Amino acid sequence: MPHAIHTEALTKRFGNFTAVNGITFDVMEGEIFGFLGANGAGKTTAIKMLTGLSMPSSGIAEVGGFDVCRHAEQVKRNIGYMSQRFSLYDDLTVAENIEFYGGIYGLGFREIRQKRNALLAELTLEAVQNTLVRSLPLGWKQRLAFSIAILHKPRIVFLDEPTSGVDPITRRQFWETISDTASTGITFFVTTHYMDEAEYCNRISIMSEGRIVALDRPAALKAQFQATSTEDIFLQIARGKKEKP
Amino acid sequence: MRQTGIIILKEFFHILRDGRTLLMLFGLPVVQILLFGFAITTDVVNTRIAIVDPSPDPVSGEIRQRLLASGFFLLEERSPDIASVERAFRENRIKMAVVFPQGVQENFFRDGNAQIQLIADASEPNTATTLVNHAQAIIMDYAQQKTRGDSPPPGIQTEIRMQYNLEMKSAYLFVPGVMTIVLMLICAMMTSIAITREKERGTMELLLVSPVKPAFLILGKVTPYFILGMIIAAVTLLLGFFVFDVPVRGSTGLLSAITVLFVLTSLGLGIFISTRTDSQMVAMMLSMVVLMLPGILLSGFLFPVESMPAALQFLSQAIPARWYLSALKSVMLKGTGIETIWKEALILAGMCIFILYLGIKNFKIRLS
Repeated sequence: MPHAIHTEALTKRFGNFTAVNGITFDVMEGEIFGFLGANGAGKTTAIKMLTGLSMPSSGIAEVGGFDVCRHAEQVKRNIGYMSQRFSLYDDLTVAENIEFYGGIYGLGFREIRQKRNALLAELTLEAVQNTLVRSLPLGWKQRLAFSIAILHKPRIVFLDEPTSGVDPITRRQFWETISDTASTGITFFVTTHYMDEAEYCNRISIMSEGRIVALDRPAALKAQFQATSTEDIFLQIARGKKEKP
Repeated sequence: MRQTGIIILKEFFHILRDGRTLLMLFGLPVVQILLFGFAITTDVVNTRIAIVDPSPDPVSGEIRQRLLASGFFLLEERSPDIASVERAFRENRIKMAVVFPQGVQENFFRDGNAQIQLIADASEPNTATTLVNHAQAIIMDYAQQKTRGDSPPPGIQTEIRMQYNLEMKSAYLFVPGVMTIVLMLICAMMTSIAITREKERGTMELLLVSPVKPAFLILGKVTPYFILGMIIAAVTLLLGFFVFDVPVRGSTGLLSAITVLFVLTSLGLGIFISTRTDSQMVAMMLSMVVLMLPGILLSGFLFPVESMPAALQFLSQAIPARWYLSALKSVMLKGTGIETIWKEALILAGMCIFILYLGIKNFKIRLS
């Protein structure tokens, strides 16, 4: 199976500080890849390099088969992105937000209208399509932000802490939506700090201090660490870090 | 390019749906013009004066009438002695006193030498000077008329003509001045706020991850403010023309051209400020402190550049507002063409290109 994402010794330094320290991993096409780590472990910096928001200091990163430095344009055309803040325009309506992002991705006028209507029906947001996003509940904003991220049919979707601040039931529904969408062949690269969410991923990697310290299927990792849950694995890694001199 | 159009449209939605922004955009120039025009005027009209006339006669009477008929002065009190004048000054009831000597008429016609004293409240030096000048002119005028024919007046006669602004209206200064400040403020501040707002909300990330080219993104973000800037320039000029009779004597084409240059420069400053900070608040403060203050103080709006100390004169050359204001005044009030303002236009064009380049270059660096 071809790789959706491929990195080799990917590194980002800010002055003396190394935020991401030579990470190497592959993400298969159609996979849900969990990118875990505590706050400050380097997750956000890594995702920024993969989405072309930040230049790597050294190493290789290929997304959708394109090098992020040399072919940033092709990378951008093939990815979708949803930030942890569900970045939507508060003072635009639901429909206007969809139309805007459709237009930004170069969709034609008719295509936008078609997709907008399909999306509104799918999300059962037709009734509020002319409501300002400002007045939507958080769970709805999250679904809208997700739909917008996959509006232009990207091959790879980056979700940066897509469930932060959302209640557990909505979180579960959201992960089901991701699984459904992944089954159509879209690759998901998801960062999260909710350890229980790792169970929804095909494979997970755990980052600590800029390095990937574990990478496998959740079940295999549990066996390797003799842990009952991913939470437990995480605690073991955190403890190991402390015991180091 | 279509993407730019979509961003422009979106930006207009933001502006039109935010009452505060709209109010600021159109309220600011209107309020400033009216404020400067009616409240902060440096013109002297209806200034209260006292007249001290110990022995009223036809000469003092006629001078008094001419003073009061001029429209500059209102009679607050007539008193026979100077003591009460002191009190009136202290109580701030009068700004100037005209003191006639005993027997003016006699002195004037017999000796040909009458001395009238003008006392002005110089705690406001500019006003005092203006008042005294007006009063002196009226009295001299009277004296000349009376002596004409008897003997030619000795010495050199000066005839004064206030070129380009015959009535010495301060509107001639503040309409271009306010226009300069407001354009700079709106274009630079609004642009920097609009860009930093996207950063604060996190929508900038989404735009940067999308295939939109940074140049088109900037173009889409600033075009609405360019259009608004030009509309506001027109509104200011119309307001100046209809409310304060400030004419546009030169070519409107030339006026528009230098305004475009200045608006673009201001937009560039806004872009540049937004590359220095991620916060709307900081962007606003930077625009205010870095642009507004020098814009008002060093552009020649309130204080003439020529009378500044050499160091400040030197500094003022780096301020786009100074060159724009200078060109604007020439075209508006003197009706001159490009042949006299080519220097200002060239400097503005240079600054415009430099600042836009700086802003866009820094914007790109932040993305990659």
